[in-house]
Amino acid sequence: MADSGGATRQIPVLHAPIGHDSAPRHVSGEALYIDDIPEPPGLLHLYVGQGARAHARVTKLDLAAVRAAPGVVAVLTPADVPGKNDISPFAGDDPLFAEGEVKFRGQALFCVVAETLPKARAAAALAVVEYEDLPALLTADAAVSAGAFIEPTQAIRLGDARAAIAAAPHQLSGHLQVGGQEHFYLEGQVALVVPGEGRDLHVWTSTQHPTETQHILARVLDCPDVDITVEVRRMGGAFGGKETQSVQWAAMAAIAAKLTRRPAKIRLDRDDDMVMTGKRHDFEIDWTLGFDGDGRLHGAAFEFASRCGFSADLSHAINDRAMFHADNAYALQAAEIVSHRARTHTVSNTAFRGFGGPQGMMAIERALDAVALSLGKDPLDVRLANLYGVVGDLTPYGQTVTDAVAHEIMTELEASSDYRARRAAIAKWNAANDHLKRGIALTPVKFGISFTTTYLNQAGALVHVYTDGSIHLNHGGTEMGQGLNIKVAQVAADAFQVPLASVKITSTRTDKVPNTSATAASSGSDLNGMAALDACEQIKARLAEWAIRNYGHPPVYTGGGVRLGAELLSFRDFVHEAYVARVSLSAAGFYKTPDIHYDRVTHKGRPFYYYAYGAACSEVVVDTLTGENKVVRVDILHDVGRSLNPAIDLGQIEGGFIQGMGWLTTEELVFDDKGALRTHAPSTYKIPTAGDRPDAFNIAIWRPGENRENTIHRSKAVGEPPLMLAISVFSALTDAVASVAGHKVMPNLDAPATPERILAAVNDVRRRAANA
Amino acid sequence: MGRPIRFLLDGEVRELPADTDPTLTVLNLLRYHLRRTGTKEGCAEGDCGACTVVLGELTEDRVRFRAVNACILFAPMLDGRALFTVESLGREGALHPVQQALVDHHGSQCGFCTPGFVMSLYAVQREGAPTDTASLKDALAGNLCRCTGYGPILAAGQAMGEAPATDIATALEAIQPTEGLALEYKGRRYFAPRSADELAAVLAAHPEATILAGGTDVGLWVTKQQRVLPTLVSLNDAADLKGVEDLGDAIRIGAAVRYVDAQPALTALHPAFGDLMRRLGGLQVRNLGTVCGNIANGSPIGDMPPALIAAGATLVLRQGDARRELPLEAFFLAYGKQDRRPGEFVEAVIVPKIGRGRIFKIAKLSKRFDQDISAVCLGLSVGVEAGQVTDARIAFGGMAATPKRAAACEAALVGRPWTRETVEAAAAALAEDFTPISDMRASAGYRLDAAQNMVRRAFLESAGASRVPDAEAVAYG
Repeated sequence: MADSGGATRQIPVLHAPIGHDSAPRHVSGEALYIDDIPEPPGLLHLYVGQGARAHARVTKLDLAAVRAAPGVVAVLTPADVPGKNDISPFAGDDPLFAEGEVKFRGQALFCVVAETLPKARAAAALAVVEYEDLPALLTADAAVSAGAFIEPTQAIRLGDARAAIAAAPHQLSGHLQVGGQEHFYLEGQVALVVPGEGRDLHVWTSTQHPTETQHILARVLDCPDVDITVEVRRMGGAFGGKETQSVQWAAMAAIAAKLTRRPAKIRLDRDDDMVMTGKRHDFEIDWTLGFDGDGRLHGAAFEFASRCGFSADLSHAINDRAMFHADNAYALQAAEIVSHRARTHTVSNTAFRGFGGPQGMMAIERALDAVALSLGKDPLDVRLANLYGVVGDLTPYGQTVTDAVAHEIMTELEASSDYRARRAAIAKWNAANDHLKRGIALTPVKFGISFTTTYLNQAGALVHVYTDGSIHLNHGGTEMGQGLNIKVAQVAADAFQVPLASVKITSTRTDKVPNTSATAASSGSDLNGMAALDACEQIKARLAEWAIRNYGHPPVYTGGGVRLGAELLSFRDFVHEAYVARVSLSAAGFYKTPDIHYDRVTHKGRPFYYYAYGAACSEVVVDTLTGENKVVRVDILHDVGRSLNPAIDLGQIEGGFIQGMGWLTTEELVFDDKGALRTHAPSTYKIPTAGDRPDAFNIAIWRPGENRENTIHRSKAVGEPPLMLAISVFSALTDAVASVAGHKVMPNLDAPATPERILAAVNDVRRRAANA
Repeated sequence: MGRPIRFLLDGEVRELPADTDPTLTVLNLLRYHLRRTGTKEGCAEGDCGACTVVLGELTEDRVRFRAVNACILFAPMLDGRALFTVESLGREGALHPVQQALVDHHGSQCGFCTPGFVMSLYAVQREGAPTDTASLKDALAGNLCRCTGYGPILAAGQAMGEAPATDIATALEAIQPTEGLALEYKGRRYFAPRSADELAAVLAAHPEATILAGGTDVGLWVTKQQRVLPTLVSLNDAADLKGVEDLGDAIRIGAAVRYVDAQPALTALHPAFGDLMRRLGGLQVRNLGTVCGNIANGSPIGDMPPALIAAGATLVLRQGDARRELPLEAFFLAYGKQDRRPGEFVEAVIVPKIGRGRIFKIAKLSKRFDQDISAVCLGLSVGVEAGQVTDARIAFGGMAATPKRAAACEAALVGRPWTRETVEAAAAALAEDFTPISDMRASAGYRLDAAQNMVRRAFLESAGASRVPDAEAVAYG
């Protein structure tokens, strides 16, 4: 027996609640973020000069005083861009520096490169800029009225919705505003670029999309992609805000490094970050439903208008996803979903966890609350009566739902949360209380998994097995806290049945795994886990071929070593022998999601490989004198398939929920009438604190969960779906407000439901009830 | 050249020369001078807690461990104190129990806020503060996490156990200065006198100086507005300004008394002060900021003035050896303008004890319950005898350019029965008292509506109604 290493007890690594691989480094402060990397000698610092108008012609840009200021090495303007002055992902409408015309307040005009950050910042303030104001469209409504769009209005149709609605026993319509959301990743945008030999640039940047960063930097610098290496070890949060919005800063640092041949760093101040980077789209939503006396839908029509900002960014796909989720978990029977993508003179809105899906779901959930109220029914009954799997399986975009489990999850949660009894108790409590009112709601989530741009559903990985049995794991996904790296490491460790400690997680680099997609759309472990598994399987296939030749047996990987017939070798000895026998122990893995297709012209196809499901029951209490409110209890049941790592998945569920709750309650983006963002720091923009977490918070992974598709070990994506569980909070607040008039009048409550909006809705309900 | 700044880091004495930039923040000192990059910058305005470090401070009876925001703490304020950062606790291979608890409970995801949480929890542990969920939520309200939803962090706080006993007092005593700090850097000066008399003298010599207390406001002038402050005079080391004195029928809070240190005495005056103060900033802000600073900066949205005006507080101003007193409400002249003369400083605020039987209410209204700036803040003190209102002091923040009494509202109450009808009239009278503005926190209409309702609610509460945070107990208790 060759196993001299002392065979170790093997703990199963798959489906195990293993902690985040970086946790010990997080808590000790040793985890390196980009600004923590020891600063190279000669480092230059960048500060961005912003335009101070929402829409204006720049009639004068005098940078002489800036250039002459102490410590200034260079001032970058469009004239200094070696290649194309554009950092857009595809549309060509997103200049690195505004040229002649500013299109939102805060748009980059120039960038100071100086010996220190304070010097760069002080110099930037010396610019003399004059403007000639142009008409500014600041809201989606204003842009729609003016006919300003980033692309033509899109529509998805299933049957003749208008006719079905008209023919239904009841019709109801309404309007809902849904606010945007600032990502508020704790680590702001940052990049460090170090010049190498020749034209080479090494770029450390906090991005979800190293490949796109590489490609756009090459375009901006007018050099081949191969000159640029982008590296990401970890991000201090991203949530979609570093999918495209990280590129601009890396590009400025790259130009500075290229021009000066010195290392260059850019790190945005929090306020500048919030002003200059895009957010979740805010939506105006009109809805009309036709339904019967049981609350069963006959048809639904939605009209969305979203504020895209001054450029397209990812707004096409984001608004598509909003349309795809206007049904949430419900068979609409007949549907018309129209989506206007408004081009406004505000910062370009971008990806944010859920990617339009949350706004789409808000539409139908609000509408179903209204249906229930109009019929005097429990909203849960109306929801249950319309679910896929109960009353149909065809989505408006032509995909058949074959994995509908919302009904099972909701009814299980209905029981475990004691929903019915609590609703009755709340009704009683509300009858006895005048100024405080309670509300409850149980809402589902069905979220489509895959990039709806089909070609993006591909991934690569690189696995090296060294001769001592240690494994170097690399893949195209990026770590932003979501636990992607540990999940993929679990996959690799399981493939070879080695301890997790044998697998080294390494930073994401474009020179290791090229041509990757963004770590986005909740796809990280689905795609990269499969790509890593493919790499492992390739190595295993070579090892098997050799072992059969050499030992007469295929290798069986066990926790105690590699079994070859009667022989047991340590993994280390096994791979070392294979190396000596000249077996390649390195492989590049690849994966592409099968069976998906989508025609964006007709908006029909199968954009999603599968759906992730969940449900949440939230209870709130509202002060009807001030609008103050509190979420007092939340119960969640969420489907992650067969969880790769329940500890990581629970973290995603809770964190996503709280983030969604913030979006719908306290997080309010306020732009003034000049287009200036007034909530540009945590002093004015309020994400949830520990105190907002409900004390009674029961989260469970749905036990029967198993992906019916052949995903990585039958797991399901978890990054985005839980955010939308928080719609239950918004519905519960609506329920509480409706109680002030005995649920006779549907509240006009918009999101975020700040105390101010809640009080307005309460007063409005009272007024309408009195007039009725 | 004066003496250096002397402080402890990891228990070792460190010095910064007398020509240190007085507005160098502790965060930048750590990250860019000492290369201790575990402490992170999240916002540079003291609102996110990613930069949380712990200060050990020698008080009369013991060492206090205070979590503070390094991003708005000026380096000279370390003088005579012990600084602990995440690197002080443990390394990856040998984690401190606080760190281990966070690992065990999956308390980090992206990890960027984590060192700040480690330090806030470390301060809780060193202080031996309670670790029930409610207490931890208060202690962590100044730390934002965007990933976890906080549950795992709260669980870690409950599991972290007690602090290993280590003595820092001896080392702290050894570095206690006997003379005040006087720094000069490129023509900019910083003074930290050791007594009120010295302070008065320094201010007499530098009447134009910026007075620095906790720095939770002044710090932002530097980090956010890039302001250059030619002369800073810190009152943090003036020992005789740090006391809360019981005067019998009132308490006297010295200029250097931090919120946390004033909180017990004010809460003893009335629990409503405690409920307000636990929502005033995060703990990191309350650990540095002072009650008198909240008054002296003249902000129309400071939370202490409305409550203190309602309580009938008097301000003590000092210029050289001359002192004068004025009713707190008289201090606020106009937006950004207070009744403070050059070289004069707020020496103390005197807060009368709340008479038994008085209706005393404080209500803070903000978008987020914890650690948010008020849209509207109410202080209300009403005397009722035999059902009749004998006197009323009602003050609001957020309703005007200064904290201001509601004269018409008060007049509508006094001499009338304490009834719903009277209160309705008084609430309506607020429209005469105030013409609030609309801003990012609230619209003018909401401010007025809510202010009126807050007066109505004070009446309901005087009859036993509960507020939102208490409602849970009502339903499930």
